[in-house]
Formats: sequence, C-alpha cells, structure tokens
Amino acid sequence: MANYMDIIAGCKDKTGGIIEAYHAIQKEYNYIPEEALKEAAKAFKLSEAQAFGVATFYSYLSVKKRGKYIIRMCESAPCHVAGADEVLKAMEAYLGIKVGETTPDNKFTLELTECVGQCQATPVVTINSEPVFNVKPEMVPGILAGYK
Amino acid sequence: MTQEYRVLLEHADKINPESAADYIQVGGYKGLEKARSMNPKDLTEEVKKSGLRGRGGAGFNAGMKWSFVPQYPETKYVVCNFDEGEPGTYKDRIICQKNAQALLEGMAICGHAIGSNNGYIYCRGEYPFVVEMLKKAIGNAKESGALGEFNIEVRMGAGAYVCGEETALIESIEGHRGEPRFKPPFPGVEGLWRMPTVVNNVETFACLPYIMTNGADWFAGIGAKSYPGTKVLTLTGDIENPTYFEVPTDYLLRDVIYELGGGVKGGKKLKAVQVGGTSGAFIPSQNLDTPIDFDSMGAIGAALGSGAVFVMDESRDIVDIINRIAKFFEHESCGQCTPCREGTFRCKEIMERINTGRGSLKDIENLKVLARIMQKASLCGLGQAAPIPITSTLEHFEYEYLRKLV
Amino acid sequence: MDIKLTIDGKEIEVPQGTMLLEACRKAGADIPTFCYDPDLKLAGSCRMCVVQPKGWRNLVASCVTPAQNGMVIETESSDVVEARKVVLELMLARHKLTCHTCEKDGECNLQDYCYRYGVTESRFAGKVHNLFKDDSNPFIERDYDKCVMCTRCVRACEEITGARAINVMDRGHHAHIATAYDGSLEDSPCVFCGQCIMVCPVGALSSKIAAGQGKPAQNDKVMTTCTYCGTGCTFELNVKNDKIVGVTSNRDAEWSPVNKGALCVKGRFGWDFVNSPERLTTPLIKENGEFRPASWDEALDLAADKIKAVKEQYGPDSISMFSSARITNEENYLAQKLMRAAIGSNNVDHCARL
Repeated sequence: MANYMDIIAGCKDKTGGIIEAYHAIQKEYNYIPEEALKEAAKAFKLSEAQAFGVATFYSYLSVKKRGKYIIRMCESAPCHVAGADEVLKAMEAYLGIKVGETTPDNKFTLELTECVGQCQATPVVTINSEPVFNVKPEMVPGILAGYK
Repeated sequence: MTQEYRVLLEHADKINPESAADYIQVGGYKGLEKARSMNPKDLTEEVKKSGLRGRGGAGFNAGMKWSFVPQYPETKYVVCNFDEGEPGTYKDRIICQKNAQALLEGMAICGHAIGSNNGYIYCRGEYPFVVEMLKKAIGNAKESGALGEFNIEVRMGAGAYVCGEETALIESIEGHRGEPRFKPPFPGVEGLWRMPTVVNNVETFACLPYIMTNGADWFAGIGAKSYPGTKVLTLTGDIENPTYFEVPTDYLLRDVIYELGGGVKGGKKLKAVQVGGTSGAFIPSQNLDTPIDFDSMGAIGAALGSGAVFVMDESRDIVDIINRIAKFFEHESCGQCTPCREGTFRCKEIMERINTGRGSLKDIENLKVLARIMQKASLCGLGQAAPIPITSTLEHFEYEYLRKLV
Repeated sequence: MDIKLTIDGKEIEVPQGTMLLEACRKAGADIPTFCYDPDLKLAGSCRMCVVQPKGWRNLVASCVTPAQNGMVIETESSDVVEARKVVLELMLARHKLTCHTCEKDGECNLQDYCYRYGVTESRFAGKVHNLFKDDSNPFIERDYDKCVMCTRCVRACEEITGARAINVMDRGHHAHIATAYDGSLEDSPCVFCGQCIMVCPVGALSSKIAAGQGKPAQNDKVMTTCTYCGTGCTFELNVKNDKIVGVTSNRDAEWSPVNKGALCVKGRFGWDFVNSPERLTTPLIKENGEFRPASWDEALDLAADKIKAVKEQYGPDSISMFSSARITNEENYLAQKLMRAAIGSNNVDHCARL
C-alpha cells in the first residue's frame, strides 16, 4: 500500500489539487484517513477545517472508514422507476447491513448515489466505480459473490 | 424526417477515440488548422454566426460568451464542463467515448479564439474510466502535435451535481467546496483563479471542429433556426430503445419517443416525459408535437437542458417520482443560500408527506409558495430549477397529488 | 464616474461599482441582512437583502449586485416581502426558539426581522436539527440549533483573526459550522478571540462567561479602553447594577479606531476578576512584616520619599524603571518623563521590549 505522504507529494504540483489527492488517497485506502487529511491540508495550504470542509462536501469522498468494495446503488429517477428500491432491499438483506454501513468483515460498504450516467441499462449499481447494469433483486447474490 | 443525423457521432465505434491519427483520417484537426489561420476576432465572429448555443442547458450563444473575455490578461483558461449530473443524461460520456478528439480539438479552437493555451476538463467523479481514456487521448494528441501549444489537464469531480454549475465547477477545480459564486463577475471576466475563463459543455466544444471545417452557414442551416445544429439525446424510463441518438434540433419530441425510441415500453400509453434531466419540466402527452430545440421547449414551459428524455408510461405514479426528485435536490443542494438549502429540504418533507398519504391541501399551497421563492431568490440555477418538476406536475398532473391527500 | 438609478421612486447617484445594498441604504431604504458584514468578504447567500429590479425575472441579492445606470429598484415590493418572509420562515423552521433565555434577545436579527415582517411561525416547520455543540471550552457557547448559516463566523475567523479554526462541513441542509473532524474548539487552532460572537447575527454564538448575568441588549454600555496591553482596543463594558457583567464590541471605526471591535481572548473574556472579592481595592503598606490598607496619598508620598532617599544617597542612575505593556502609550510616555525629568535617569525599559 502506497504511503499517503507519497500520494500527496505526487499531487502537490497540481494547483488546488486537493480533490485529486483525496481521490488518490481513496484509491489506496477507500477513505481519507485523518492523518492523510491533515497532511493534504498542509500540502495545499489549507487549514484542517477547510480541508475537512472539502472532504465532507463531496459525496464520493469519505472521512469514515469504509469497506474494500464500495457498492453504490443509484436511486435517481430513471433507476428508481426501474426498480432500484427492490434491488436496494435485496442488497441490504444479502449483506445484512443498512445503507451507509459496512459489513463486519470490512468487505462491503453500501451507499446510495445519485445518477452515475449509465442510464441505458437501469437500474445501475456501481462497485468500486465499475457499473453493473440492469440489476434485478435476484441477481444480487451472484453479483456480490464475484467480489472476494 | 425520422432518421438520426450524426455529426459528432458520425464515426462512432469506427475510430479509436484515444487516437489522434484515427481522428485525423476522418478529417479531424482540420477545423483547428483553419481556426488557427484566422485571427481570434474573426474566429469568434464565425462561431457567433454559426448560432452555436451552449449544449449544457443554458443555451447561451457560444461565440458571444467568448467575446466577453478581455484580451489583455496573459493567463486565461478554457474549461470543459464534463460534470453531466442530470439524472438520465450520459451524452457527454458517449461523445467522449466515441469521439474524444473532437472535444480536444474544440477546446483548442476556443483557446485560439480567446488567447489561451490552458485547458481543463472537469469530469464527474462517476466516470474514472473516462478520465483515464481522456488522459490517453490528450497524451496521444499532444504527441501527434495536433494540439500544438495547447495543454489540457483533466480534473475529476467527486460526486456533486452542483459542480455542473460553472462557478461551482471552477471552485471545485481550485480545490474548494463546490459552492457557486455570485454573479457578476462572470467567469469570462473572472473565472478560474480569478482569471478570464470560458466554460463550455463537452458537446458545445465537440461541435466546433465541424463548424470550422464545414463553415458557420452549414451549421446554422441544420435543425432549428434559433438553436441550430444537432443534439445528442439519451432516452430513459419506459421506452423500447433506451439508448442515445443524435438528431437535428428541429426534431419533434414525439418522433424521439415513437420513431427513434420505438415507443413506450410494452405498447403502453404515455403519461409524461421529462426532458433535460431531473430539473426539467414534466411534459404531458398533448405537448409532444414540439421540436426539441431550446426555444420551442421554452415555449411550452419546458427546457431542452442536457437532452435527457425520461419517459413515463400511464401506470407511473407521478407523485412518487416527484418525491424521488425532491430527495435528489435535497441531497445535491450545496447548502449555501437559504432558499435552496432549506427549501429543497422542506420540499422533500412535504413531498414525503403527500406521497405517503399524509399530505393536505395546505401542503400543496405551501409547496407553491416555496417553489416560487426558490425560483426567484436562490443564488444559483440549482435552487432556481429545483422546483420546476413540482410546479410543472402541479400544473399538468394536479389530480395525482389530490388523490393522495388525506 | 457616477451612475443614476431610482430606488423606491427616489433618484440617486452613486459611484460606479457601488453595490445595490449601499445604494438602497443611501436612498433611505432599510435593507435587512444576515450574511452581509461590511468588514468581511461578500457571501450573497442568506438572500434576505433581495430587492426587485424592474424588468428582471428574478429578485437579486442587493449585497452582491452592482448598481447599474438606469436601474429601477423596489425594496419592499410584494415579491420582495414574500421572499423575505419565506426566508425567515425557512430559518425559523430549524431555529431553536428559546428567545426568553437567549443572550441575544433584543438584538437578534432574526427576531427583529420576524417582528418587522410579522412572521410569528413557520409554514415549513418540520424536522429540526440537533446541532448543539457541547464544547467544553470556558469561553464560547456554540448552539448551532440557532444558527442561520450566514458563515460570518467562518469568514471572521479567517479574515479578521486568521485562525481558520472553523469551516462549513457537509452540504445542503446538513451543512453546519465545524472545526476539523467536528471537534472542540480547544483542539482546533481557535484562539478564543470571540470575533465569531461579535459577528453572529443571532444567538448561535455567545459568551459563556457573561451567560445569565444580563442580556447585552439590556445592559448599560460603558465605552472604554482595554487595559491588558498597549494596543488600546476599544470595547464596551456591559454594566448592570454597577457591576461589570460582560464585554461587547463596538465595531464603529470612529469609536473603535484601533480594533474596529476585534478583541483578543483577554479583552473579551478576561473581565470577571473585576468583581472578585480577592481583588486589591486600596494601596497596602507593609509595616513590621504585615500589610495594612492605606490611602493613595499616603502610599504615593511614602514611595516618593523612598525614591528621593535612594536618589540622594546613590545618585539618579541607581534608579531604573520598568514599565508595563498593560498601560497605554500615553501613560508609558509619562512614565519615562517621570524618570528623565523628575528623577534624572535614562534607565527606562519596558516589558514589550523583551
């Protein structure tokens, strides 16, 4: 796992690039650890409160620990009418967690998202940003079984 | 006229979007060459003359926008708005995945017009794979020399619809919370890092090479007079062919649904169609014979917006969908100004009440008041547009609300 | 270059670049504001100051809209009044209405504007936040259930004090003011200057030291100079029944030219010693190892005699004076004058030189 100091140093030359740094940190850690946020604040000359304000503004950034795989269920209108609610229920039942929670084995975090721009095949779920199309409730166990 | 008319997507799937050479083979980068042979003022005039209007939703004349950029500052920016966040929209992704080089060329053309070699593409965080592809496409174009001195950097959003608003997008590139700025000053004068900046949509930029190659008059002659060119549409909801199409802008909404779209799914009757994404108005079936262009849509109280076409069949519960949309705006409001921050939340509360059979006539009255003030007094377009689905359905589908009241 | 515009039927001239808010006030219109603060960067976000330009589709926030030549502005049209009422109702819907025990009662913008527009309750009442911050610091009470999200505290913290201890966290209706990781002020770069209290238009931020001792709006205010250091900050001692019960800022540059209301932790919160029973109230003279109270005349005479005696025996250079930053420049001037002219020594020094 890359050190967050190196990750931040790699983005430092991008003016205002703290969000890029956060993305890079999340790629390794799946969330932004506190020490990494503080380091990023220093690198981009923000106060910690400001860096925290940025991190909590964007819904794809998280300052809380998350699982290895982040499942995002799209609930925007096109996915909603295609049956997103049922898929979500199936997800919650299969994983035994509610939206916003992480499985005890730290494998999956379940989140809601707004439109992910894959509306040709609704409802859509993304797993670590990879879209899965035309998801039906009965497909959930099969899909998630593929993630080790 | 029920055929597609492909300009931006003519070579879709036939060329590798990452490859400048592929693109050059089908006539690419000729437009930039021509643009660079012109002086910037004439170039801007040419684009103005083509009638090209912003494809992101606001429909502002592109050449006009460029003409606001002052000449004197050394540093200026060309920013591509690739934050397409309107639910049901993925046309910018399609344009990039099929014809990324046209976007790059378009940005360079704009760069020549305003005197800038600094380009940014702000791509939404939902598309990390497109970001990778774009980076390769830029690398390839730079290597081939096609872009010359013009540089493009890709920055990624992180899940904030409001960053589609151009000043919020600028704030986000600067590494801040994506909170829209008050205007004036407009980005053309004071944008990215307080320097003059042109922000245009992916599709707007991608039109430019074709305008330069084929001439402003050619472009102005396509589709609707006041909003010429083609438009890439994405069909979602209860539709037989949920896919994308490129059509001339005088194409009828009815034909979008029944010809290209193959009709309402399962042969059902249409109840409503929402054009332009989740902030668009709900259009009842009696208004289907309207061309999709900006002004025709405006005339029926709707908006072309991003070009999303969300079809709802006769069985759909409008109030339930509006409830969902209200939740969207509550989630996406940046929280800066009072009418939007509090208004989107209270709209959601009231909609939830009505949708679960606990609403009253008073709630509908209050919704109307709230909608009016959000539209009139919000700081940016998000808060101003958020109530449109509510007001348009209260206008056309009020009975659906009434039957759900206590 | 001046431009001409009409505000509520009155034609006025203002320099180019003037914001509508200033133009309206110049024309005599009373424009309500929350987020606007003349000493801070503009936010344009509360939307309370909206006005109606004739022929425009939407209302505009007057604090961030430059006046244009020929504009016709209405500041209390029915649309404007409706918008302001709705803004107030939206604020009320999340506001902890405990005016009776609120320190800000009587000088709260939300209260005043609700009174002005007859807003007694909110049509949009519903879920309320629970954002009260139980912050253990001894100085600043943070009750964000009364916050209107004007962000003046955030801006004051950054622009006046430079501490950047707080910012907005989260977004939308969930957005609220917080330190990094939503922790306590003591764990943040906060220096407890209380500039945030000074700029807060409502009761979200208040002084813990002064709490319950008298609402600032009802206290007598005595303008004076802070005695903690030589900067000479002006502030208002809040006095009730002849006792000091608090310190508030006077932000008027004419009255408070040194600090424009800004203070440090000592000036704003370090006044409670005044009423301490342990405080010395008369000079004391030590006799036979015991202190006894004395009059000022007696004490000063004694000191003068002793100094004179030392001077006579050992010469003026045997005496030096070390003065304090807690007295004013003028007093420090007099102190060195005393040394040089009366005693005849140049041995003068000052704690601020250390």
